[in-house]
Amino acid sequence: MLSIKNIHASIEGKQILKGINFEIKAGEVHAIMGPNGSGKSTLASVLAGREEYEVTEGSITFLGKDMLEMSPEDRAREGLFLAFQYPVEIPGVSTTNFIKTALNEKRKYHGQEPLDAASFLKIMKEKMKLVEIDKSLLTRSINEGFSGGEKKRNEIFQMAMLEPKLAILDETDSGLDIDALRIVANGVNKLRNENRAIIVITHYQRLLDYLQPDFVHVLVNGRIVKSGTKELALELEEKGYDFIKDEISLAAAL
Amino acid sequence: MDTVYTNYFEEKFEELQAANGGNFIGDIRKEGFKSFNKAGLPTTRNEEWKYTGPGISNLFKKEYHLVEDEPENSISISDINLKRLPGSKNADELIFVNGKYNEGLSTIRSSENELIVLPLEKAAEGAYEEIINEHLDKSSLVIKDGIHALNTSFIYGGVFIYVKKKQVLDHPVYVYHFSDARENHTLSQPRSLVYVDESAKLQLVETFVTIGTMDSFTNGVMEVVVNTNAIVEYYKVQNDIVNASQVSTTHIRQIGKCYLHAVTISLNGDVIRNNMNLLMEEAGNEAHLYGLYLLKGKTHVDNHTLVDNKKPNCFSNEFYKGILDDSATGVFSGKIFVRPDAQKTNAYQSNKNILLSDNATINTKPQLEIFADDVKCSHGCTIGQLDEEALFYLRTRGISKEHAQSMLLKAFAEDIVSQIKLIPLRNYVEELIVDRLAVN
Repeated sequence: MLSIKNIHASIEGKQILKGINFEIKAGEVHAIMGPNGSGKSTLASVLAGREEYEVTEGSITFLGKDMLEMSPEDRAREGLFLAFQYPVEIPGVSTTNFIKTALNEKRKYHGQEPLDAASFLKIMKEKMKLVEIDKSLLTRSINEGFSGGEKKRNEIFQMAMLEPKLAILDETDSGLDIDALRIVANGVNKLRNENRAIIVITHYQRLLDYLQPDFVHVLVNGRIVKSGTKELALELEEKGYDFIKDEISLAAAL
Repeated sequence: MDTVYTNYFEEKFEELQAANGGNFIGDIRKEGFKSFNKAGLPTTRNEEWKYTGPGISNLFKKEYHLVEDEPENSISISDINLKRLPGSKNADELIFVNGKYNEGLSTIRSSENELIVLPLEKAAEGAYEEIINEHLDKSSLVIKDGIHALNTSFIYGGVFIYVKKKQVLDHPVYVYHFSDARENHTLSQPRSLVYVDESAKLQLVETFVTIGTMDSFTNGVMEVVVNTNAIVEYYKVQNDIVNASQVSTTHIRQIGKCYLHAVTISLNGDVIRNNMNLLMEEAGNEAHLYGLYLLKGKTHVDNHTLVDNKKPNCFSNEFYKGILDDSATGVFSGKIFVRPDAQKTNAYQSNKNILLSDNATINTKPQLEIFADDVKCSHGCTIGQLDEEALFYLRTRGISKEHAQSMLLKAFAEDIVSQIKLIPLRNYVEELIVDRLAVN
């Protein structure tokens, strides 16, 4: 579904990603872990199409199409979804209206008729239940005055509404208490299926305990230095990132 | 100013005085013309007009026709029907044509127990002489420039609006300023005095409509006097053709403890200058002033506001927002005075702008002059572009850049539009804004 080859990316002349490679197939859940400043969020930004980042080398193919040529909105319409680490507050734009617009622009892109109000409301009700989000939040402006947990829940709700083929969760667990984490993780789990791939970017094991990823990649200094199964995450939790850094320097010395 | 113009105004002034100068309004005119001759028309050398740019002096380089030269009733009911604002059918509709109040074209739906609307001269001769004598042209004490004095020099054919004690009007009052610019460039100088008696409530709307394709210039003054416990909502909508200019002064005096809520919406025109003066002359006054200018092309809009706190315990909140595209230019100049007596004043002011094009310009100038020591005042202004982070967020959900932009701009404008409490008018303004920001 997604094929990342030798991606180099920089911001304001500073090289952040230094050759990332990986493949993700439909139905898989991949976790990307790594210390602060290793380039995890940059990878998410590059995938979503944030314009400040310049891809200097490499290619990204999403469902057979060259993703780097696409605008952020076209990537979304093709089925990419980014759950933001810091969801933006947008006063004056109602959440419901925003999601309806997004959904209909996507439908238009695929040559479908816009949803009528009744069907939209029906879908919304369904998905609200799925991610346990309160209706009162959706009548408010996008994320305005939302708590950290509410913002993250709103991200997962949008994911449920937009039904992406590939979802990237960028530190969705950060700033969540235990209950909020459980609700968000349950929401994500309900959205898992054999057609949908998920990339989970996180610092911690606790979200992965709920999500049980198929693969874990460790990003250090702009490169994936180690990949493995979910046991790798447990090892990291136990030993910290230093053991990997040690391994790298050991390998370099040899 | 061209000497031709001086002579032209002088001639017209003499004619007007010879025919109608024998009363106190004649004396006011005379004083006005004296001030006009002294001050002359403003140029960019006047600080208060500096940023209005050359537009204002260019206005007077045209050959205008004053209404005296126009045939009566050049605007017909069918012209008016095409230009009515939503909500008009439920309103007291006051029609000015080329600066003169036209009784025949106006429709007063409120009863005489609630509302009196009379030609100014007629009202000044009758039962309302005292009120008019006491309150007409107090604005000249505040605005000393030549343009205001020019309006005062030609006070004739204005209107007197009187809301009676304890009357809460069911019908809003819509004041239309029609300019007939089908054959000539037209200069109109409407004048209105609005007197809102104790415990009355008035919703007042002012708008400008030019018929024809020549230039129109409306130099209007509306003075509003508000008594104890009265509530006044004032809305100004400027969405005229691109060669219509206005200097529109709204001079509001809160002479009793009362409540004022004003919203000024400027969308279209050539050179627009709004003077919004608010004089808080009694303790405990409350006022909210809002403004939105959404500009494109070469439109210039200049909002000058004055909040003069003369007595203690007054509250005022002022919030103006602007979105400027193309080569549009804007000015916000907000002055807050807090006089020595005005302890415990709360006065807030904010002006926020978004520039959409490299050629758009905004000059914003907040000013506080505080002579009391126990007050809370704040002011601030911002000039920026759209929030890139918000734009990106919307785009990652599949919303096109253009559509996302228009959503954000609409949200930016909504803060002000939502302050219009007159629902048909609010819906109308919302539609205009959605149309303006629409993605093609």
